[in-house]
Amino acid sequence: MIEIKHLYKSFGDKEVLKDISTVFEAGKTNLIIGQSGSGKTVLIKNLVGLLAPTRGEVLYDGRNFVAMSKREKAAMRREMGMIFQNAALFDSLSVLENVMFPLDMFSAMTYRERVKRAQECLDRVNLIDAQLKFPGEISGGMQKRVAIARAIVMNPKYLFCDEPNSGLDPKTSLVIDELLSGLTKEYNMTTIINTHDMNSVMGIGENIIFIYNGRKEWQGTKDEVMSSTNKRLNALVFASNLFKKVKEVEMETLPPGD
Amino acid sequence: MFIFNLLCKYLTTFGSYLLLMGRSIAVPDRMRMFFKRYLKEMSQLGVDSIGIVLLISFFIGAVICIQMKVNIQSPWMPRWVSGYTTREIMLLEFSSSIMCLILAGKVGSNIASELGTMRVTQQIDALDIMGVNSANYLILPKLLGLVTMMPFLVVFSSAMGIVGAYSTAYVGHLLPPDDLTLGIQHSFNAWFIWMSIIKSMFFAFIIASVSSFFGYQVEGGSVEVGKASTDAVVCSSVLILFSDVFLTQLLS
Repeated sequence: MIEIKHLYKSFGDKEVLKDISTVFEAGKTNLIIGQSGSGKTVLIKNLVGLLAPTRGEVLYDGRNFVAMSKREKAAMRREMGMIFQNAALFDSLSVLENVMFPLDMFSAMTYRERVKRAQECLDRVNLIDAQLKFPGEISGGMQKRVAIARAIVMNPKYLFCDEPNSGLDPKTSLVIDELLSGLTKEYNMTTIINTHDMNSVMGIGENIIFIYNGRKEWQGTKDEVMSSTNKRLNALVFASNLFKKVKEVEMETLPPGD
Repeated sequence: MFIFNLLCKYLTTFGSYLLLMGRSIAVPDRMRMFFKRYLKEMSQLGVDSIGIVLLISFFIGAVICIQMKVNIQSPWMPRWVSGYTTREIMLLEFSSSIMCLILAGKVGSNIASELGTMRVTQQIDALDIMGVNSANYLILPKLLGLVTMMPFLVVFSSAMGIVGAYSTAYVGHLLPPDDLTLGIQHSFNAWFIWMSIIKSMFFAFIIASVSSFFGYQVEGGSVEVGKASTDAVVCSSVLILFSDVFLTQLLS
């Protein structure tokens, strides 16, 4: 479980995150949604320590990450996995070596054991046949799946994904969503996904946090999104024509007085 | 006010450079991974530069010898003057300082653009998230790799410069090979070789560390990576020239 308490982040005079408090539960797919520039990426960077909050606490199962020393943070990060927007695979390493990298750095396993574990993870994301290829030789969707395999190879307790579906076609996005949702249950991870893909929101959003202008504007589940009366959330969710029509149909079918 | 702001900017940059070097020069997390990268960097930065070093040194050695023969040698000068001056120039300045200036362009831009691209594609962030000391993992093997390989490049350069000089004697028939041999052996001081090697190791550290700094600190996209690459080469070259003055004075 990850708990955020009164988190603020400023860049100079500009306050990007304002008093954000929430809880991300283990075994659930937690989604952070919001318009571009609303502070989603800054929030996720504060959670993983790529940025330091101006004020506030980030508690990983009760352990305050913000107050930790550099050494403690480095140890803590071994419990985290992260999938970046552009996959961020190491160009000079093959797919298998990319997935093995965290094991090479931190595990006491033998070479055979490391290869076996990496291959298990590649098999889990259906990429065992691409293990000898280099990142430049595979598609964007495959790169994302390699990034997922690399993120889970150390059995992390916390998984962070920054726009995992960006640049992918809807079908591949569904594959990635199902993979992330399935792995979250399988490993009982606390998964936090930063997205503005409404298919993901409606498909896997068990706990959704809507950020608007650096503030937490709304929190709920995917089922509550459709019935939400928050105008800003509706403006974001129903910006898509398809969802707008679904909403209109829903409103029409509601009994009078609701 | 302008000068004060400029001074503050330079001091801030220098401070950031020292902090980055502090993070880089530490005991590696995994020695096995470090040695793997160290060997790779020695190959990429050193072995891959041998060709260009040999090519340039051969022609510069030949040209220096021709210039000395044509412009310096006269009936008033001893016969060995061309060989002697060629050796001294190659050993004292060309193979250490000028060769390092050339390598600042080749190796420096390579390091800065590699790290800069890793930064903008979030590969460095990925290392940090994993709990890896990214500066130590990426920069230390480059520093030690180039410092290890540079003395070999200097020795190869000096040797190839002499071969170039001999080519003017044997192929161009500009001067008798015996005169050249006499000049190359005349008043030879072995310390000059060590001086050249010591200087080149300092320059190798400057090239690797300054280029790594510019690459590692990139923010933005491909334009910034290109700018960092250019800045790395310019800054390394200027620092090599400055430190050459002090090192020559100190070691002579």
